[in-house]
Amino acid sequence: MAEEEVKVFRTWSSPFPLRVIWALKLKGVEFDTVYEDLSNKSPLLLQYNPVHKKVPVLLHNGKPICESLVILEYVDETWKQFPLLPQDPHERAKARFWAKFGDDKVFQSIVYGILFKQGKEQEEEIPRAMEILQHLEEELKGKKFFGGEKIGLVDLALGWLAYYLGIIEEVIGLKLIDQEKFPLLLQWIQEFSTAPIIQENWPPRDKLIAKFAASREAALARGLK
Amino acid sequence: MEKPRSEVVLYGTWASAYCTRVQLALKLKGIAYEYVEEDLTNKSESLLHYNPVHKKVPVLVHKGKPIAESLVILEYIDDCWNNSPNLLPLDPYQRAKVRFWANFYDQKIIPSSYAVVLSKGKEQENAIKEFNELLTVLEEGIEKDFSTKFPFNGEREALGFLDIVVGAHACNYRALEEAVAVVVEPKEHPAFLSWVTKLKEYPLMKETLPPHDKLAARMRERFSLAPKRNIATL
Repeated sequence: MAEEEVKVFRTWSSPFPLRVIWALKLKGVEFDTVYEDLSNKSPLLLQYNPVHKKVPVLLHNGKPICESLVILEYVDETWKQFPLLPQDPHERAKARFWAKFGDDKVFQSIVYGILFKQGKEQEEEIPRAMEILQHLEEELKGKKFFGGEKIGLVDLALGWLAYYLGIIEEVIGLKLIDQEKFPLLLQWIQEFSTAPIIQENWPPRDKLIAKFAASREAALARGLK
Repeated sequence: MEKPRSEVVLYGTWASAYCTRVQLALKLKGIAYEYVEEDLTNKSESLLHYNPVHKKVPVLVHKGKPIAESLVILEYIDDCWNNSPNLLPLDPYQRAKVRFWANFYDQKIIPSSYAVVLSKGKEQENAIKEFNELLTVLEEGIEKDFSTKFPFNGEREALGFLDIVVGAHACNYRALEEAVAVVVEPKEHPAFLSWVTKLKEYPLMKETLPPHDKLAARMRERFSLAPKRNIATL
């Protein structure tokens, strides 16, 4: 087998590069990690992701791929072991739908609508967030993971929830999901966050709490201008 | 209970670029389908049943199973009917590049075009400036990432994924300019306009795009502005 160069550009805290790291590790692909400081981006990062200047970037034999969900599809197409997407076209479409839903709706609502807001604005977003999360609760009916018996693309796409939601709840001092309304989601959080490989790759909790608290303060200050 | 539908049904609206994308893909692959025009002020039970999460068009229903979100639908069509022509290239790295730019178009260019039509005066000037900056990023990026210019699926004549994603929206720019404002400076974006012009001439595109006058009238109505004449010509 030819020598492969696989590199992941990440930060210690961002959940998006984690998706790529999980995917590669689940597939048993060896890779190097490059940690970026986004307040001081490396020339390589700017070269490999000139459009967004963000992480993650996957570098495979010198070819850069950007945008975490695009990277996940690339990884799945390139390394066939431990498939992330099912074979059936309709099931694949459903997986892509939910991955997109996670980014467009779940992340938007919880981070931009709740974590980065306060007072009335935050209050008003909460029922919307609950409705959004209820869709995920429905989707988990009869399943251990979003991917079924095994972790799949949707689990990796939504995986940040399993760890970062608790951190966000602590930072804002509000419990967003409870056992009564979201038993399946809480069960999934438990299963996913403690699964092999996933479990070993979470960033340190205390550091994340501090970082998210700081991001919240900065966002609130910007909002008040 | 309504009568049983055909094997492939598309729920859409005539003015929606997202719906045009799906029609282009279905026609390109030679897939027979039934089209149902939705009234978004009075959504059908079927639409709400098939897309309970977003309640939007387009929704493709294939053998009773729904798929929503235009880019997801395009990938589904390519996965399910893997006859020629392929919408996406076959090589994973090329596919990644196509997906990247499709996402860029949807996440950056389209919202920016909305910002233009929904603003006035100085705000609109700034929105147009930003829109043009994004177009430059798109032009330069596509030139760098792909060795062929048009269509973006390589050597053959058929439309590719990006032609469909971009074309369904961009080919309507004249209607937008007539209704709202001159948005794309021809001197600033010759490559983009050249691509869009070629797409507009493509027979399949011509027959699938919403009619210009009807669309311009609807945009005027929707964005409540007096008709403006486009001075710049290509």
